[in-house]
Amino acid sequence: MINFSLPITDSFKALDAAARDRILVLDGAMGTMIQTLNMTEEDFTANGHIHGPGCRHHQSDHPQKGNNDLLVLTQPKAVEDIQLQFALAGADILETNTFSSTTIAQADYGLETAVHDLNVAGAQVARRAADRAQAEDGRPRYVAGAVGPTNRTASISPDVNDPGYRAVTFDDLRRAYGQQIDGLIEGGSDLILIETIFDTLNAKAALFAAFESFAKIGRRLPLMISGTITDASGRTLSGQTPTAFWHSVRHARPFTVGLNCALGADAMRPHLAELSGVAETMICAYPNAGLPNAFGQYDEEPDDTASKVAVFAKEGLVNVVGGCCGTTPEHIRAIAEQVAPYAPRKPRGTNNV
Amino acid sequence: MSDPLLRLSGLEPFVLTKDIPFVNVGERTNVTGSAKFRKLITNRDYATALDVARDQVENGAQIIDINMDEGLIDSKQVMVDFLNLVAAEPDIARVPVMIDSSKWEVIEAGLQCVQGKPVVNSISLKEGEEAFLHQASLCLAYGAAVVVMAFDETGQADSFERKTEICARAYRILTEKVGFPPEDIIFDPNVFAVATGIEEHDNYGVDFIEATRWIRENLPHCHISGGVSNLSFSFRGNDPVREAMHAVFLYHAIQAGMDMGIVNAGQLVVYDQIDADLREACEDVVLNRTPANGESATENLLDIAERFKGNKREEKKRDLAWRDWPVEKRLEHALVNGITEFVDEDTEAARVAADKPLDVIEGPLMAGMNVVGDLFGAGKMFLPQVVKSARVMKQAVAVLLPYMEAQDEGQRESAGRVLMATVKGDVHDIGKNIVGVVLACNNYEIIDLGVMVPPQKILEEAKAQNVDIIGLSGLITPSLDEMVHLAAEMEREAFDVPLLIGGATTSKVHTAVKIAPNYTKSQAIYVTDASRAVGVVSALLSKTQKQPYIDGIRTEYSEVTERHERAERAKQRLPLEAARANAMKIDWSDYSATAPSFTGARVIEGWDLSEIARYIDWTPFFQTWELKGVYPRILEHEKYGEAARNLFQDAQAMLKQIIDENWFGPRAVVGFWPANAVGDDIRLFQNDARTETLATLHTLRQQTSKRKDSPNLALADFVAPEGTPDWVGGFVVTAGPEELAISERFEKAGDDYGAIMVKALADRFAEAMAEMLHQQVRREHWGYAQDEQFEPQELIGEPYDGIRPAPGYPAQPDHTEKRTLFDLLDAEANTGVELTESMAMWPGSSVSGLYLGHPEAYYFGVAKVERDQVADYAVRKGMDLAEAERWLSPILNYRPTSSAAVAAE
Repeated sequence: MINFSLPITDSFKALDAAARDRILVLDGAMGTMIQTLNMTEEDFTANGHIHGPGCRHHQSDHPQKGNNDLLVLTQPKAVEDIQLQFALAGADILETNTFSSTTIAQADYGLETAVHDLNVAGAQVARRAADRAQAEDGRPRYVAGAVGPTNRTASISPDVNDPGYRAVTFDDLRRAYGQQIDGLIEGGSDLILIETIFDTLNAKAALFAAFESFAKIGRRLPLMISGTITDASGRTLSGQTPTAFWHSVRHARPFTVGLNCALGADAMRPHLAELSGVAETMICAYPNAGLPNAFGQYDEEPDDTASKVAVFAKEGLVNVVGGCCGTTPEHIRAIAEQVAPYAPRKPRGTNNV
Repeated sequence: MSDPLLRLSGLEPFVLTKDIPFVNVGERTNVTGSAKFRKLITNRDYATALDVARDQVENGAQIIDINMDEGLIDSKQVMVDFLNLVAAEPDIARVPVMIDSSKWEVIEAGLQCVQGKPVVNSISLKEGEEAFLHQASLCLAYGAAVVVMAFDETGQADSFERKTEICARAYRILTEKVGFPPEDIIFDPNVFAVATGIEEHDNYGVDFIEATRWIRENLPHCHISGGVSNLSFSFRGNDPVREAMHAVFLYHAIQAGMDMGIVNAGQLVVYDQIDADLREACEDVVLNRTPANGESATENLLDIAERFKGNKREEKKRDLAWRDWPVEKRLEHALVNGITEFVDEDTEAARVAADKPLDVIEGPLMAGMNVVGDLFGAGKMFLPQVVKSARVMKQAVAVLLPYMEAQDEGQRESAGRVLMATVKGDVHDIGKNIVGVVLACNNYEIIDLGVMVPPQKILEEAKAQNVDIIGLSGLITPSLDEMVHLAAEMEREAFDVPLLIGGATTSKVHTAVKIAPNYTKSQAIYVTDASRAVGVVSALLSKTQKQPYIDGIRTEYSEVTERHERAERAKQRLPLEAARANAMKIDWSDYSATAPSFTGARVIEGWDLSEIARYIDWTPFFQTWELKGVYPRILEHEKYGEAARNLFQDAQAMLKQIIDENWFGPRAVVGFWPANAVGDDIRLFQNDARTETLATLHTLRQQTSKRKDSPNLALADFVAPEGTPDWVGGFVVTAGPEELAISERFEKAGDDYGAIMVKALADRFAEAMAEMLHQQVRREHWGYAQDEQFEPQELIGEPYDGIRPAPGYPAQPDHTEKRTLFDLLDAEANTGVELTESMAMWPGSSVSGLYLGHPEAYYFGVAKVERDQVADYAVRKGMDLAEAERWLSPILNYRPTSSAAVAAE
């Protein structure tokens, strides 16, 4: 049976206390940083030697260039260094490089069998970066096991002629997410971050899976839930308003709920304000560095992004901030500096602990 | 922190705040509660089933209950299919769903399909604590609220003690062992029948109400729901008494803390409006009191019940304190409240006090109308009230007019001149008249050309009168083409005034795609309803707003057009052959149709207006006045309940006059003919030998590509093929032409409200006659359901076998089929109803249709058809292709190439 009354972990208590004390900072865009390394197919596959922590070999006949998650197995040092840079720039919470580490998303690369190893290694790499940063400046860092939306939607049909069709079911998602979250916990994640949610039903399957995973270890980890508002209508891709979205995930008693990615900080502000007005928990926001230019690159300067994020802090809307697509360690440093003077949002009574 | 509240969501949030005294859960998408919905679901007609859900949401349901517990279908699969389809309809999916099943596996399958926060209905301790714990934990893991039935291992709770004991136990388990948020728990303490004659049942009402009170006081934050109709089970067949019992019960239960319920909307009256004796008797039964006369409460209610098969309403006491106010205030009060009684004397008093009569109009009267306009704009007054205000205004102006002529003051400056007309071939004008009145109230000058106005006349008048705006109205589909034509003519004759489009058959899409492109010199604009008309007209006549407004409309329409074309391209239609191969295949082998009691046409006489009135479905009447909602619940609508009640009272008063003074002369004709389906047509025979063809009814087949096992329907599918005897019927009914003269009399007397009211009621009479006649047909004339025992108001839900589809409506969109039907029935001679060149029936308050008797027959929409079917149809009808395309133009899924239709594009 799924148990909702599990005791919480020690990190949960520590995080909650820290978040009441000041605005916490989440790291920036792993993908943006990896791009700057200009890695080749050979770099991605370590010349064809893909193996997990237990030296299990994984084979695929698909090209792997662009499969960023794979780097935790093939270029772990590169990933760890990026995470360390973010940590030293001021991030309290480091995301694992596991956004697409589910059987559903890895099917594109033919690496479904590697999923367990990707998540365990992804958490371990981030843990090492966190420990190194703490050794350097004495501040504790937390590892957030990142869970992405996958590339399928459980409540939208991909076939315009058959609106009742679904390319993925709740159970498919629940199993895939369960496998991922088990791996993330095994690798040492302090919390689970379900992010870039464009279909709330996918997120509900991930939450269901998280509780199944928590039951296995007898402890409840903090959950961060982050939706994404993709168009000017102010709704998720699956059509929910921010408040409706909160009602749908509120049962999970998350540590934070919030928004990430999408159209940049300015466009995010009204939706964030709505969530902040209704959610009885902490609020987290990590926007993109503005909108991408014609080449798909983000050119908003660190101080620009930071001053917009600082507005969230100034208005008392947030407890955790960070950056999504296009944000570098310089962005995170600027954000950390600019939000530092402001007190964290006073939660409308939390039900998370 | 404040009290935790029940928070649900669909695409939009729903919070049960303290401001919401009672949540009425929509129950029409429940196969166990709605025969119509069950029929749609068992026939896999999901498109129409979605319409039922949509209507429900449009009518204000805050949550919709979805139940698929039907033995003949795979409930789990259907629940999944339907919820997935609902998810694709934003106008339905915006509200939360209640996933309703007695089977846990159906509930769980449903929970896996909704992204919002739903309600599960229901779980209980029936199968013990372990199963309950398991199901409750899953509900929480899926993020749902739950309805918990007061049911445990030993059975359903019937007493106060058992109800409270079980609910308290369930509450403890949920909150302590599961960690369930208490605000997400909704208890159903079981509503049982009272007044059954069995003494043990007498206290059931009190037990529920007191258990409700105890639960709300002792189990913090939870909620109470229940199925109310069980209560009055022993009064089946006596709706007035059932309605009264429900109202009394809810009144007390809501006070005790019941805040949610699945209530049959057709069975609710306003507590205050129940006859005092009946209310007292119901209260004795519900509250298990000894009546004043010392007898048994049940016996007492039974005695009284007989008296209440009709409907009585109490009259409100009048408050005349406002008569002491100053005259300006009195006029304003009369205008806002639509009171004509004192307006003559008040206007006269104001005139005597004023310098000149015009000052009265421009002073207190316009000031009063401005208040009306502001209240209307703010959504605090509603259409029927505004129309009444206009009546007061007209009457006041009529008092002043003779003095103004004497002083030769001339005309007031109007805000603008609007020409209005119902297009050629169409006779419907209620909506147009309402728009006219509303605009007139806002100081626009209205030139109303009436109905069936030829395009040339509209253009000539528009030029001669130098109008600022032209407004066109139409109700039947051929009118759409008339509007397209008129737009093209306006372009040709270099008009540059805006063209407003309105009426039941018109739409934003049609206006944007078909009408607006034909008139580029100015702009064609779709106006949703009368309440929008003032805003649109004032924007169009404002020097500063006009251009930005038109630019905005143009941008919007080009987006609408683009979206429409993209959607149409994406819609895959089946070739006619494939659609035919997927026809509905009724098993005729062991079917034997009942032979009607006569064949040929027969005039039905002896119509009694008071009997017809019992069959009136009032919901559409309120829609006519732009009050959306289901009767009688609409009378309690939180915003416009009062407007609805007053409107209803006025309607009842006129209804009484209509009946007492025999205003209408209803006429009807019915016919039956031996018939068999031949392909997509229905062949009618001269006689039972079935050798000589009498006529052929043509039907159209759906060509949309269907899911799984749902058929591509044509009406012919419901008629037996040759070799199996079957019959088809037809009818024409009319409330008579009298409404026209009566309505005109009201208009002449300056009473637009009365003029519109009589037409709206004549429409209701015609529809009620159709319902009543259909019942007679089933019971006697055709006689396939001789034992049918439905009360008139029960017929609204179409619980009976057989349908009466009308040509020109979704199941057979071709209006020309009316010609065949009229010839067969000799309807013009037998009823006086005539067909216009657009195949509209004159007088407008007329209804015609076919009778199809097979129990599996149901209403559907043909939707768009392809060229292959239209070509085939034209051959079958002996029309040339261009003519067929002209009549079917609203449903063509392609651009016709023939010249006549191109002109209409």
